[in-house]
Amino acid sequence: MKTFASMAVAMRMAPIAVTMLLIWTLLPAAGHERGTQTIQITIRHSRFIPARFTVRRGATVRFVITNTDPIDHEFILGDEAVQRRHETGTEPEHGSVPGEVSVPPGMTAETTYVFSRAGLLLIGCHAPGHYAYGMRGEVWVAQR
Amino acid sequence: MRRLIRSLGLTLVLLVVVASPVFACAGLIGPNGAVNLVRTTTLAAYHNGVEHYITAFSFQGGGGQFGSIVPLPGIPTRVERGGDWTLQRLVRETQPLRAAVLSPEAAAKDGVRVILETKIDALEITILDGGGTAVGRWAREHGFILPPDAPEVLDFYAARSPIFMAARFDADAARQRGQQIGDGTPIHLTIPVANPWVPLRILALGKNAGDVVRADVYLLTDVTPALWPRVRRGLSVQYSAAASAELLRDLRSDKGMGWMPARGMWLTHLAINSAAKDLTYDLAVDVSGRATRVAAGFSVALPFLALLLVGASTGTTRRRSAR
Repeated sequence: MKTFASMAVAMRMAPIAVTMLLIWTLLPAAGHERGTQTIQITIRHSRFIPARFTVRRGATVRFVITNTDPIDHEFILGDEAVQRRHETGTEPEHGSVPGEVSVPPGMTAETTYVFSRAGLLLIGCHAPGHYAYGMRGEVWVAQR
Repeated sequence: MRRLIRSLGLTLVLLVVVASPVFACAGLIGPNGAVNLVRTTTLAAYHNGVEHYITAFSFQGGGGQFGSIVPLPGIPTRVERGGDWTLQRLVRETQPLRAAVLSPEAAAKDGVRVILETKIDALEITILDGGGTAVGRWAREHGFILPPDAPEVLDFYAARSPIFMAARFDADAARQRGQQIGDGTPIHLTIPVANPWVPLRILALGKNAGDVVRADVYLLTDVTPALWPRVRRGLSVQYSAAASAELLRDLRSDKGMGWMPARGMWLTHLAINSAAKDLTYDLAVDVSGRATRVAAGFSVALPFLALLLVGASTGTTRRRSAR
């Protein structure tokens, strides 16, 4: 009888145990998420706001970009070579590469980027004429 | 009597903008990538509280569709085909040597309301009421490709007047209609409005900062108008004299121009030759001497300058001599 009671308790506890196990399994990912820095960027009048910020080397940054303009924009993060490539490139959409995302009018998009090296990086929009118009910014990656 | 007439607002302001090729081309679309809408010429007239706004689109060949967005100071009550020679006649009056230069060489609302739609020759005209963002969104959804400065410029104008005219020029339809290269389609808008202003900043839309914007602005008034800015880097008064009887007779004889007085007007010509980055203002016109920085689109009002302007205008207002 006692054994039967113990089994009943164990069966009642099983879902809880499974849930706890799942939580434990996911803990590392959740911890990683807690280490991610989020930077909100607003696009207005074909400008990034803010257009300059500093991050630490090794940081994982989630950029959340809101386009308040009625025209298409994009957020491209990288060095000068990356910016040059996109300025002459023909990719209509971005999103699969970390640090590169298209932001349609009135929409919010995000991209996550790991800053592995210290130094200066650039952000820019390479829709026709936008980079020349001044739609660009700077990211200073500081040593730890 | 003259004061009475002036106080009653029996005033006419005739404004002509003969613009550089990209004038008012907020959004140019063309499947072949070519920009064939080479020149847009605009005329705005003010008389008895009504502005008559005439703009002409010149067909330059090619195919596809091309568009233009023009900010308006108010809601038009009528949109119709304009007369054929009004613009050219005014240019010839003050710039006889430049007549040949007319050749190609030479805040915000969430929604947008379509006030009026009409088709004139190969032009599809839509009058819109909305904030800058909403009008920009409408333009994008209707095939206009807006340059990067369009959001700021549309917001600038929407804060002044939420009324815009979107014009779509169908080059294929123009060719089917038998229009030849260089043929213009004048559009005449009748706009009741308290204070006229001439959109100048729109001339720089889509241009690089260092690009030069060249335009000619003509004003025809029955008194010397107060302007703001009067003189500014890149803006100068080229001509100021009584309008000839011949000019007025010719203008009155054009289609839809019968509203123009037969006499009693003063002709002013202002030339714009400005870097695009410096053309951040409009031209305020007021025959009562109240043209101000704010009316010209400057964001900060300087009351003492406005007072100076009023004083100067009162002291220098002249009647034309050729009555």
